[in-house]
Parts: sequence; structure tokens; C-alpha cells
Amino acid sequence: MVHEGTISIRVNGGHRRVPAGISVADLALELGLEPTRVAVERNLEIVPRSTLADVRVEDGDDFEIVTFVGGG
Amino acid sequence: MADTWTVAGKTFSSRLIVGTGKYKSFEQNAAAVEASGAEIVTVAVRRVNISDPGQPLLTDFIDPKTITYLPNTAGCFTAEEAVRTLRLAREAGGWELVKLEVLGEAKTLYPDMRETLRATETLVKEGFKPMVYCVDDPIAAKQLEEAGAVAIMPLGAPIGSGLGIQNRVTIRLIVEGAGVPVLVDAGVGTASDAAVAMELGCDGVLMNTAIAEAKEPVVMARAMKLAVESGRLAYLAGRMGQRRYADPSSPLAGLI
Repeated sequence: MVHEGTISIRVNGGHRRVPAGISVADLALELGLEPTRVAVERNLEIVPRSTLADVRVEDGDDFEIVTFVGGG
Repeated sequence: MADTWTVAGKTFSSRLIVGTGKYKSFEQNAAAVEASGAEIVTVAVRRVNISDPGQPLLTDFIDPKTITYLPNTAGCFTAEEAVRTLRLAREAGGWELVKLEVLGEAKTLYPDMRETLRATETLVKEGFKPMVYCVDDPIAAKQLEEAGAVAIMPLGAPIGSGLGIQNRVTIRLIVEGAGVPVLVDAGVGTASDAAVAMELGCDGVLMNTAIAEAKEPVVMARAMKLAVESGRLAYLAGRMGQRRYADPSSPLAGLI
């Protein structure tokens, strides 16, 4: 299958195709998330919040996107 | 003078820290936090819900600007998992004060002290200020403090058990030996348990289930607030000695 202009990534364990060339901030917005309310790990490395708009999503990237939830 | 306590340079008036798990709703959770008077709440770090990103968030109900969020590592069974979780928490929240717990097994949720100590060392190296959940063992507590833990948080009984303070002797020994705040974390079931922890000289108490699983969580939250304050006052007042037999309160002289 050919996916013109898209790349394959994983987000929170699930497979996803996104447009090539987008930033991590774009990815968060595309997922409906407010980038200032989440923390992002890319290939086991933290992406500092201040650089979310500068870091480009690459084919094969593995993201974990987390937030605070109720807990003990 | 106000009776405050300080952890990692931050000063608090309330000695009660409450969890934010197991509540029926965010509204009930927020009302319980308010009734408890807590200035710190523990929170967990979990994957965002990508399938339904519009769902309400804890931060919509409990404002991190007025209540200090203490991210924890509940559910982590290795030092690596715990450190990874807290690196994300630091990025999400922007602060270094965190709660470390590394569990040994699901049945008892007892801490794995070897992994806990390893994680503490790594976190301190990376600039974190970890408050550390641990066994009620004065030697382990000392080792954590030497590794840089900013608070020692021994269990009173297994997490979520509500069994109360099982070993007053060891909690008391930890308090006597510690140079950092000591908070009983886990095991409190009802108000008297919280008072016992405070009477032993602990700097505070952390609880979740005792409030969240009470029939009336908001009422229990207030009971816990009063119990922590009562226990603290009793500790400061210095309790009477114990006797084996009776000692009359009324004078014996002048009896008719």
C-alpha cells in the first residue's frame, strides 16, 4: 500500500499514520490534545515542552503522551 | 507561632496529603480535597485518552496553581519504570517534588526497597526531590535519607487495606531517627488511625482510600482533617504517662 506524504508512527502503543513533516506540537493538536497539558516522550526521550513545535515527527517514531490523572 | 512543616524548601500548614484516586466523580473528589484542608494531592501519570480527548481532566476540578500536585509512581515495579514516569511527570507539571513508590508484588503492594533505593539515587542525581514510600524499617529509612529522599513515607499497613498503624514501635523509631519529614503513607482506615500516626510524632499523613471509599467521602475528609490536627496537638502537648493501675482524679483529703 502506498501512502503518499504520510509516515507511520506509534502513539501510546497504537499504530497511526500522520502527514509527513509535522511537528510534535502539530501531532498533539491533531490528536485533539492541548500541548501545554501533556508530556511527550519520543523514542524513550522526553521532548521538552518548549521544543514541541520545533521537533519534527519522523517515520517509525514511538510516542508516549501522558497527563495527570487521579491516583493515590 | 503557626505550626507548619517544610519539605524540600516548601512550607505547608496542612499535615494531611490526600490522593485523588477511586472517587465517584471529579466533583466529589474536589469537594473532599476542600473539606480535608489538604494543600498537597497525589496524582498518577497515565497515557492520555486519544480515542476521546475531549473528556474532562483532573486539572479542571483541582487547580494545580492552588493545590500542589505530587506526581506518584503507583503501579511501577522497577526503578526504571518509576524514573521514566517521573521524568514525564516533571515535564507535565514543571516541578521536582515527586512521590516515589516502587512496588514489589501486586498482592501486598509492599515496596521493593532495593529498587526503591536505586530509583531514589537516580532521581536525586537528576535533580528531583523525591518523597519516598517505604517499609516501616528504621534502617531502610536512614538509607533513603542518606540517598537524598526529602521525606520518608513508611506504610502503616498495606495500601488500600484500612488496617491502621500496625507497628507503632517502628514508626516511632523512624520518626526519632529521621532528619527529614516522616509521613505515614498507606494503611489509614479511619480518623483514629490518622490521629495515632500524628501522636507518634509524624509530620503528616497521606491517605486516599480511607476518604474515597467512605460512605460519605466529604464528611470523612473533614474527620481526617480534624484527626490529623488533634493528633498533632496531642503530640505537641505531650501525653501523660501510663500507669498499670488507677489513680484517682479527685483529692483524697477532705473526704466526708
